[in-house]
Amino acid sequence: MQVSIRYFASVREAVGLAQEAHDLPETVQTVGQVRDWLRALDGRHAAALATDKPLRMACNHTLCDAHTALQPGCEVAFFPPVTGG
Amino acid sequence: MVPVTIRIQTEGFDLGAEVQALRAGRLDVGAVASFVGVCRDHHPGQCAPGHVQAMELEHYPGMTERAIGQMVEQAQQRWPLLGVTVIHRVGALLPGDDIVLVAVASSHRGAAFAACEFLMDYLKTQAPFWKKETTPQGGQWVDARESDDAALRRWGVASDNAQSGQT
Repeated sequence: MQVSIRYFASVREAVGLAQEAHDLPETVQTVGQVRDWLRALDGRHAAALATDKPLRMACNHTLCDAHTALQPGCEVAFFPPVTGG
Repeated sequence: MVPVTIRIQTEGFDLGAEVQALRAGRLDVGAVASFVGVCRDHHPGQCAPGHVQAMELEHYPGMTERAIGQMVEQAQQRWPLLGVTVIHRVGALLPGDDIVLVAVASSHRGAAFAACEFLMDYLKTQAPFWKKETTPQGGQWVDARESDDAALRRWGVASDNAQSGQT
Protein backbone atom coordinates (compact mmCIF):
# COMPACT_ATOMS: atom_id res chain seq x y z
CA MET A 1 0.00 0.00 0.00
CA GLN A 2 1.30 3.45 -0.94
CA VAL A 3 1.49 5.75 2.08
CA SER A 4 3.07 9.15 2.53
CA ILE A 5 4.68 9.85 5.89
CA ARG A 6 5.25 13.24 7.48
CA TYR A 7 7.26 14.21 10.54
CA PHE A 8 7.11 17.39 12.58
CA ALA A 9 9.10 19.25 15.23
CA SER A 10 11.47 17.11 17.35
CA VAL A 11 10.45 13.93 15.50
CA ARG A 12 11.30 15.57 12.15
CA GLU A 13 14.70 16.59 13.49
CA ALA A 14 15.39 13.13 14.93
CA VAL A 15 14.46 11.31 11.72
CA GLY A 16 16.32 13.89 9.61
CA LEU A 17 13.43 14.06 7.13
CA ALA A 18 10.21 16.08 6.86
CA GLN A 19 8.47 13.53 4.67
CA GLU A 20 8.91 10.31 2.77
CA ALA A 21 6.78 7.88 0.78
CA HIS A 22 6.72 4.10 1.01
CA ASP A 23 5.02 1.16 -0.61
CA LEU A 24 4.26 -0.84 2.51
CA PRO A 25 3.96 -4.65 2.68
CA GLU A 26 0.45 -6.09 3.12
CA THR A 27 1.20 -6.99 6.72
CA VAL A 28 1.19 -3.27 7.58
CA GLN A 29 -2.46 -2.34 8.12
CA THR A 30 -2.54 0.20 10.97
CA VAL A 31 -0.80 3.45 11.89
CA GLY A 32 0.97 1.67 14.76
CA GLN A 33 2.25 -0.97 12.33
CA VAL A 34 3.59 1.83 10.10
CA ARG A 35 5.48 3.19 13.12
CA ASP A 36 6.91 -0.28 13.84
CA TRP A 37 7.86 -0.84 10.17
CA LEU A 38 9.61 2.55 10.02
CA ARG A 39 11.49 1.86 13.27
CA ALA A 40 13.08 -1.17 11.62
CA LEU A 41 14.48 0.94 8.74
CA ASP A 42 17.50 2.40 10.54
CA GLY A 43 18.78 3.86 13.78
CA ARG A 44 17.40 7.35 13.20
CA HIS A 45 13.87 6.08 12.63
CA ALA A 46 14.21 3.68 15.56
CA ALA A 47 15.21 6.49 17.92
CA ALA A 48 12.71 9.07 16.62
CA LEU A 49 9.74 6.69 16.79
CA ALA A 50 10.73 4.81 19.96
CA THR A 51 7.70 3.60 21.86
CA ASP A 52 8.94 4.84 25.24
CA LYS A 53 8.60 8.48 24.16
CA PRO A 54 5.40 10.50 23.86
CA LEU A 55 4.45 10.33 20.20
CA ARG A 56 1.25 11.58 18.62
CA MET A 57 -0.04 10.41 15.28
CA ALA A 58 -2.47 11.52 12.63
CA CYS A 59 -4.02 9.90 9.56
CA ASN A 60 -5.31 12.13 6.77
CA HIS A 61 -5.07 15.27 8.93
CA THR A 62 -6.98 13.79 11.89
CA LEU A 63 -5.46 12.82 15.24
CA CYS A 64 -5.58 9.04 15.59
CA ASP A 65 -4.09 6.19 17.59
CA ALA A 66 -1.94 3.17 16.79
CA HIS A 67 -5.01 1.04 15.99
CA THR A 68 -6.29 3.34 13.23
CA ALA A 69 -6.56 1.44 9.93
CA LEU A 70 -4.65 2.69 6.90
CA GLN A 71 -6.34 3.60 3.64
CA PRO A 72 -4.57 3.44 0.26
CA GLY A 73 -2.78 6.71 -0.44
CA CYS A 74 -3.30 8.05 3.06
CA GLU A 75 -1.00 10.56 4.72
CA VAL A 76 0.31 9.40 8.10
CA ALA A 77 2.08 11.88 10.41
CA PHE A 78 4.13 11.40 13.55
CA PHE A 79 4.92 14.24 15.93
CA PRO A 80 5.45 15.10 19.61
CA PRO A 81 2.66 16.45 21.85
CA VAL A 82 1.48 19.79 20.50
CA THR A 83 2.47 23.09 22.15
CA GLY A 84 0.70 25.91 20.32
CA GLY A 85 -1.40 28.74 21.65
CA MET B 1 -24.03 31.94 8.25
CA VAL B 2 -21.88 33.01 11.16
CA PRO B 3 -18.66 34.60 9.88
CA VAL B 4 -15.66 32.45 10.78
CA THR B 5 -12.11 33.59 10.05
CA ILE B 6 -9.19 31.18 10.52
CA ARG B 7 -5.72 32.29 9.51
CA ILE B 8 -2.25 30.84 9.99
CA GLN B 9 0.28 33.52 9.16
CA THR B 10 3.84 34.66 9.75
CA GLU B 11 2.98 38.36 10.05
CA GLY B 12 1.51 40.04 13.11
CA PHE B 13 -2.13 41.03 13.60
CA ASP B 14 -4.02 44.11 14.77
CA LEU B 15 -6.42 43.22 17.59
CA GLY B 16 -8.52 46.35 17.08
CA ALA B 17 -8.85 45.82 13.35
CA GLU B 18 -9.77 42.17 13.78
CA VAL B 19 -12.45 42.93 16.38
CA GLN B 20 -13.86 45.70 14.16
CA ALA B 21 -13.98 43.29 11.20
CA LEU B 22 -15.70 40.65 13.34
CA ARG B 23 -18.59 42.95 14.22
CA ALA B 24 -18.67 45.11 11.08
CA GLY B 25 -22.21 45.88 9.96
CA ARG B 26 -23.76 43.79 12.76
CA LEU B 27 -26.26 45.32 15.15
CA ASP B 28 -27.07 42.01 16.87
CA VAL B 29 -23.64 41.67 18.49
CA GLY B 30 -23.83 42.52 22.17
CA ALA B 31 -20.49 41.16 23.31
CA VAL B 32 -17.02 40.51 21.92
CA ALA B 33 -14.48 38.59 24.00
CA SER B 34 -10.90 38.31 22.78
CA PHE B 35 -7.71 36.63 23.95
CA VAL B 36 -4.18 37.36 22.78
CA GLY B 37 -1.35 34.96 23.61
CA VAL B 38 2.09 36.60 23.78
CA CYS B 39 5.64 35.27 23.52
CA ARG B 40 7.39 35.63 26.91
CA ASP B 41 11.12 35.90 27.59
CA HIS B 42 11.05 33.36 30.44
CA HIS B 43 8.94 30.86 32.35
CA PRO B 44 8.36 32.14 35.89
CA GLY B 45 9.84 29.78 38.47
CA GLN B 46 11.84 27.87 35.86
CA CYS B 47 14.34 30.29 34.32
CA ALA B 48 15.52 33.89 34.55
CA PRO B 49 14.13 36.83 32.58
CA GLY B 50 15.81 36.96 29.17
CA HIS B 51 16.26 33.18 29.03
CA VAL B 52 14.03 32.86 25.97
CA GLN B 53 15.73 34.88 23.25
CA ALA B 54 13.49 33.89 20.35
CA MET B 55 10.87 31.35 19.35
CA GLU B 56 10.17 29.33 16.22
CA LEU B 57 6.64 28.06 15.67
CA GLU B 58 6.03 25.09 13.40
CA HIS B 59 2.66 23.77 12.21
CA TYR B 60 1.17 21.05 10.03
CA PRO B 61 -0.29 22.88 7.02
CA GLY B 62 -3.73 21.53 6.20
CA MET B 63 -4.25 19.64 9.44
CA THR B 64 -3.89 22.77 11.57
CA GLU B 65 -6.62 24.65 9.70
CA ARG B 66 -8.85 21.55 9.79
CA ALA B 67 -8.36 21.08 13.55
CA ILE B 68 -9.18 24.72 14.27
CA GLY B 69 -12.24 24.55 11.99
CA GLN B 70 -13.51 21.54 13.92
CA MET B 71 -13.06 23.24 17.28
CA VAL B 72 -14.92 26.32 16.04
CA GLU B 73 -17.79 24.05 14.94
CA GLN B 74 -17.85 22.51 18.42
CA ALA B 75 -17.96 25.97 19.98
CA GLN B 76 -20.85 26.93 17.71
CA GLN B 77 -22.79 23.86 18.84
CA ARG B 78 -22.30 24.81 22.49
CA TRP B 79 -22.98 28.55 22.39
CA PRO B 80 -25.05 30.92 20.21
CA LEU B 81 -22.11 32.64 18.50
CA LEU B 82 -22.34 35.47 15.98
CA GLY B 83 -18.74 35.37 14.76
CA VAL B 84 -15.36 33.78 15.44
CA THR B 85 -11.83 34.82 14.48
CA VAL B 86 -8.79 32.62 15.17
CA ILE B 87 -5.36 33.80 14.02
CA HIS B 88 -2.19 31.88 14.90
CA ARG B 89 1.27 32.99 13.90
CA VAL B 90 4.03 30.63 12.76
CA GLY B 91 7.69 31.12 11.95
CA ALA B 92 10.18 33.27 13.84
CA LEU B 93 8.90 35.27 16.84
CA LEU B 94 10.55 37.37 19.54
CA PRO B 95 9.60 37.93 23.18
CA GLY B 96 6.82 40.51 23.22
CA ASP B 97 5.39 39.36 19.90
CA ASP B 98 1.77 38.27 19.67
CA ILE B 99 1.34 34.53 19.01
CA VAL B 100 -2.38 33.87 18.84
CA LEU B 101 -5.69 35.71 18.73
CA VAL B 102 -9.12 34.27 19.49
CA ALA B 103 -12.07 36.66 19.25
CA VAL B 104 -15.70 35.64 19.69
CA ALA B 105 -18.87 37.67 19.12
CA SER B 106 -22.21 36.81 20.66
CA SER B 107 -25.37 38.47 21.91
CA HIS B 108 -24.30 38.24 25.55
CA ARG B 109 -21.03 38.18 27.45
CA GLY B 110 -21.49 34.71 28.99
CA ALA B 111 -21.32 32.91 25.67
CA ALA B 112 -18.51 35.15 24.38
CA PHE B 113 -16.29 34.63 27.45
CA ALA B 114 -16.95 30.89 27.61
CA ALA B 115 -16.44 30.20 23.91
CA CYS B 116 -13.22 32.24 23.84
CA GLU B 117 -11.77 30.23 26.73
CA PHE B 118 -13.03 26.93 25.29
CA LEU B 119 -11.37 27.69 21.95
CA MET B 120 -8.04 28.53 23.58
CA ASP B 121 -8.16 25.40 25.76
CA TYR B 122 -8.92 23.35 22.65
CA LEU B 123 -6.19 25.00 20.60
CA LYS B 124 -3.49 24.37 23.23
CA THR B 125 -3.87 20.58 23.14
CA GLN B 126 -5.52 19.62 19.84
CA ALA B 127 -4.10 21.87 17.11
CA PRO B 128 -0.77 20.79 15.57
CA PHE B 129 1.60 23.61 16.49
CA TRP B 130 5.02 23.21 18.09
CA LYS B 131 7.17 25.85 19.81
CA LYS B 132 10.96 25.79 19.83
CA GLU B 133 12.70 28.33 22.03
CA THR B 134 16.16 29.77 21.49
CA THR B 135 17.94 29.90 24.87
CA PRO B 136 21.55 30.34 26.04
CA GLN B 137 21.71 26.51 26.00
CA GLY B 138 20.56 26.36 22.37
CA GLY B 139 17.24 25.46 20.77
CA GLN B 140 14.76 23.66 23.02
CA TRP B 141 11.36 22.24 22.08
CA VAL B 142 8.72 23.31 24.57
CA ASP B 143 7.15 20.48 26.61
CA ALA B 144 3.39 19.98 26.60
CA ARG B 145 1.73 20.55 29.97
CA GLU B 146 -0.74 18.29 31.77
CA SER B 147 -2.50 21.42 33.04
CA ASP B 148 -3.51 22.25 29.47
CA ASP B 149 -5.20 18.85 29.10
CA ALA B 150 -6.96 19.41 32.42
CA ALA B 151 -8.21 22.78 31.15
CA LEU B 152 -9.88 21.15 28.15
CA ARG B 153 -11.33 18.29 30.24
CA ARG B 154 -13.25 20.91 32.27
CA TRP B 155 -15.42 21.28 29.15
CA GLY B 156 -16.08 17.54 29.00
CA VAL B 157 -13.62 16.98 26.13
CA ALA B 158 -11.12 14.12 26.47
CA SER B 159 -7.51 15.27 26.13
CA ASP B 160 -4.28 13.37 26.72
CA ASN B 161 -1.85 15.41 24.61
CA ALA B 162 0.79 15.74 27.33
CA GLN B 163 0.58 12.18 28.64
CA SER B 164 3.86 10.35 28.34
CA GLY B 165 2.81 7.12 26.64
CA GLN B 166 1.56 6.25 23.19
CA THR B 167 -1.92 5.13 22.31
